[in-house]
Amino acid sequence: MLRFALKRLMSLVVTLWVASLVIFLSLEVVPGDPAAFMLGLNAQEDTLAALRDELGLNKGPVERYTDWVGGMLVGDFGTSYTYRTPVSRMILDRVQVSLPLALYALTLSTLIAFPAGIWAAARRGKPTDIVVMGITQLGVAIPNFWFAMLMVLVFAINLRWFNAGGFAGWDAGFFPAMKSLTLPAIALALPQASILARVMRSSLLDTLNEDFIRTARAKGLSRRQALWRHALRNALIPVLTIIGLQFAFLLAGAIIIENVFFLPGLGRLVFQAISARDLIVVESVVMLLVFAVVLVNFLVDLAYAAVDPRLRGRR
Amino acid sequence: MNRNLAFGAGLTAVFVLAALISFAWVPQDVTQMDIANKIRPPSPAHPLGTDHFGRDILSMIMVGARTSIAVALVAVGIGMGLGVPLGLAAAARKGGWLDEVIMRANDLVFAFPSLLIAIMITAIFGASALNAIIAIGIFNIPVFARLTRSGALSLWTRDFVLAARVAGKGAARISFEHILPNVTNLLIVQGTIQFSLGILAEAGLSYVGLGAQPPTPSWGRMLADSQTMVSFAPHMALFPGLAILLTVLGLNLMGDGLRDLLDPRLRRDRQ
Amino acid sequence: MFSGWLRAGALSAAAVVASVGWAQARTDLVVGMQLEPPHLDPTSAAAGAIDSVLYSNVFEGLTRFMSDGSVVPGLAESWEISEDGTVYTFTLRSGVSFHDGTAMDAEDVKFSLDRARAEDSQNAQKALFADIDTVEVVDPQTVRVTLKQPNGSFLFNMAWGDAVIVAPESIDGIKQQPVGTGAFKFSNWVQGDRIEIVKNPDYWGEPAKLDRATFKFIADPTAAFAAVMAEDVHVFSGFPAPENLPQFEADPRFQVLVGSTEGETILGTNNKMPPFDNVKVREALAHAIDRQAIIDGAMFGYGTPIGTHFAPHNPDYVDLTGMSDYDPEKSKALLAEAGFPDGFTTTLKLPPPSYARRGGEIIAAQLREVGIQTEITNLEWPQWLEEVFRGKDFGLTIVSHTEPADINIYARPDYYFQYDNPAFQQLMTDLNNTTDPAGRSAILKQAQEMIAGDYVNGYLFQLAALSVANAKVMGLWANAPTQATDLTGVYWED
Repeated sequence: MLRFALKRLMSLVVTLWVASLVIFLSLEVVPGDPAAFMLGLNAQEDTLAALRDELGLNKGPVERYTDWVGGMLVGDFGTSYTYRTPVSRMILDRVQVSLPLALYALTLSTLIAFPAGIWAAARRGKPTDIVVMGITQLGVAIPNFWFAMLMVLVFAINLRWFNAGGFAGWDAGFFPAMKSLTLPAIALALPQASILARVMRSSLLDTLNEDFIRTARAKGLSRRQALWRHALRNALIPVLTIIGLQFAFLLAGAIIIENVFFLPGLGRLVFQAISARDLIVVESVVMLLVFAVVLVNFLVDLAYAAVDPRLRGRR
Repeated sequence: MNRNLAFGAGLTAVFVLAALISFAWVPQDVTQMDIANKIRPPSPAHPLGTDHFGRDILSMIMVGARTSIAVALVAVGIGMGLGVPLGLAAAARKGGWLDEVIMRANDLVFAFPSLLIAIMITAIFGASALNAIIAIGIFNIPVFARLTRSGALSLWTRDFVLAARVAGKGAARISFEHILPNVTNLLIVQGTIQFSLGILAEAGLSYVGLGAQPPTPSWGRMLADSQTMVSFAPHMALFPGLAILLTVLGLNLMGDGLRDLLDPRLRRDRQ
Repeated sequence: MFSGWLRAGALSAAAVVASVGWAQARTDLVVGMQLEPPHLDPTSAAAGAIDSVLYSNVFEGLTRFMSDGSVVPGLAESWEISEDGTVYTFTLRSGVSFHDGTAMDAEDVKFSLDRARAEDSQNAQKALFADIDTVEVVDPQTVRVTLKQPNGSFLFNMAWGDAVIVAPESIDGIKQQPVGTGAFKFSNWVQGDRIEIVKNPDYWGEPAKLDRATFKFIADPTAAFAAVMAEDVHVFSGFPAPENLPQFEADPRFQVLVGSTEGETILGTNNKMPPFDNVKVREALAHAIDRQAIIDGAMFGYGTPIGTHFAPHNPDYVDLTGMSDYDPEKSKALLAEAGFPDGFTTTLKLPPPSYARRGGEIIAAQLREVGIQTEITNLEWPQWLEEVFRGKDFGLTIVSHTEPADINIYARPDYYFQYDNPAFQQLMTDLNNTTDPAGRSAILKQAQEMIAGDYVNGYLFQLAALSVANAKVMGLWANAPTQATDLTGVYWED
């Protein structure tokens, strides 16, 4: 087990290193000069040079790369070109939106998906199953930003139950803040819940076909008892994997929804930073998100290996 | 033929047909603007209304289908074209350094937040349909590589492959002559699903302005254009959104239906 | 239990006061705007959002713009100009102090001007200060500025947000904690959300009527619409979606302010790139464009057609739109004459604002009518600056030139549209050497006619300043002579 963990850890470090190279190099070739963007149409050449100097853009790429990676290792993500504030502080601000939003969406999606999936599996082939599965098909197919727009139209513009966008801020109190995250969380949760409900259902059905359930059924348990007492626990493993992956996805993948609702989250930060060529912000946030995904995968792998020793030999 | 497959294929066919017909005929030229008749609700002259430049929305959706389908199709092509050989190679050299490198590279691509990378790619190379294709295609590669590898691994232990090895055929030849034909079903099913994901991804990218550039109509951009007008012209947002929804739904149902039809393992489970 | 009773009692007392009408008019204001400043130093960035928040509210210059675009005394109470127009002696107002309590005197003025024109200056409008030779402190209330040559627009230049007076004591923290002399003090900045300013009780002039104001940044037009509708913001200056304005106009809770800006929106044309180096082709371009359709389609009717690079509200403006009226037949004839009977293909590179993106699609359709095919590329600002503005790698582009009185850019042959006409350059030199108003007016009119006759760029429309406000908010600027949201005279009607 320890050997396996060490080996996975090694590969995690290598992955992160390669990722940092890929990110840095691809941003090196992005056209557009942050200094020119800051100073606008009437900027003079000497003024631009002075600003570039202050931003450290005159250094060579190798030096900038080592500065960046070295800084990150000690928790220093550099200083934003446009805002001139530490990137780590900006990330911290934005995480206060992105993390709760991801958790909120994940909670909603789980709360919808579990009952839906179990219900459909329990009534497999019956009308309820067909209706639930039909709804999940729609949920998977709906573009979430369009769904978000429709929700804004109905709940924000027509009914005025919610704000159309913006984040109230945690200073405003827990409920106002959560309220401003509600529509975005629903928009994010719908497709996720649909996927999760489908996984839940098929995973349950798979388990119900396995030998130990058949044995239990043979001993006289009803189908429903077998499902609740034995199948559910075993079916949870693939479901939890999906939840783990969805969490990583939600953290980074909310970018379009953040744009629709104008939420100051991580995705929007990157989006704006790319537009302003605030490359240090882009690099650091993308690196952080990659780290989150890699870490989640690593933990999922470890958890699997702990549960099922056979898997240790694989990969 | 099962119900899912029939319904899904029917829906998909509607949009593919609309795209094909649009090459020959559309109700109104989509490059023609008629500012005086902008933002009109549906009427006999314009069954789905007009947009903010007075263009016919039905025509825009028909031509937009071309963009969506083309982008998603080519992206799937890229994913298969590169992913399948990589997967086959990894399976043939299971446990070797080649396998290790390919699988690690796969993990690496998966670790990147796909949408952000797509945005970065378009920031570097500029927004265009081609770059949207590349951005979506890249993330299709590991999907097909993994699928092919896992499908191929189970085949390498089968008797007919052993027979071919004994006959002295090389790994590459076995992969293409014996393994590939037996993973085709898997690939078709996955291809349908990636196709539908590609349509969604294209819509998302062009919604944030990174897909096909005007005047080429695209569903995502139609939605973006309609966003500020949704409060007084909901038809502008409704129809392109429905087009995306129905196409993706059709493809997903078709994918499910194909899986039931083609994938022997799943067929057993359904008994 | 008791405290609950107490609170209820207090509430009903408040209700009584309110119903009797003793309540004071509101003294707080939330102003929405689209763009957030990157930092808060107006003297080291081009971002208009910095001036939108701080100009005149927090920072002041020697002179200042009024709502109608005129230049009036600011921190300088008065000035004398030498006979030859090269020496300006400013008398500063007395008793002016910065928000940190330090006095504003001639040393601060010298510091500010010297800093802006220093070698390592990061001033985005360094050219404003280019003619300054020396800045001398005569006494604490008097500053003498000597110019290298006469400059008729020097007082105008000093009114820009890039020329505000800052203090050496507080300069290091200016990007996060701006310290100025204005009627409002900076209070708080929640990045990504809002900036708060509060009334400066020690202001030298007429004190502000508002006690506090919050600038809230809402980039998304839909969210902006909803925020105003829900009355979360009381004023939205520079409302980004003209298509929503009719809904506000129809609602008695709101007022829509339509004013003028200094933004000439033009179809920027690369005068050095064939076929645009041929004046006939440029003239054909001008006749292919239907301005009214662009104003209606891109701006939903808001905007004034222009025929040259000059603001229509300026007294020296000449209406030359007739020289480039919409006439596709004439355009085709001109193209044929220039050797392009079947038209040609060129690039149209568009920056992000909706006037450019929407206007670009419409222009592309109009040009197609006369046979000119365009490849549209939508660019972010940094890319636009690099490719179009600096790299000159473009055929056509659309951009609004929002700097006031900037016809002199046509005298710069290396400016992105690359108009190189010695006669025009001479005209601008003459303008700088002319101080009498009649003479200047004549030269400006001649300049407008010259660029219109050379069809340098396609002249589309003057950008309108569009703001929405609560119907009870008074004293707002309708016009936008510079990027500013001057709140010093704003108040709530009872």
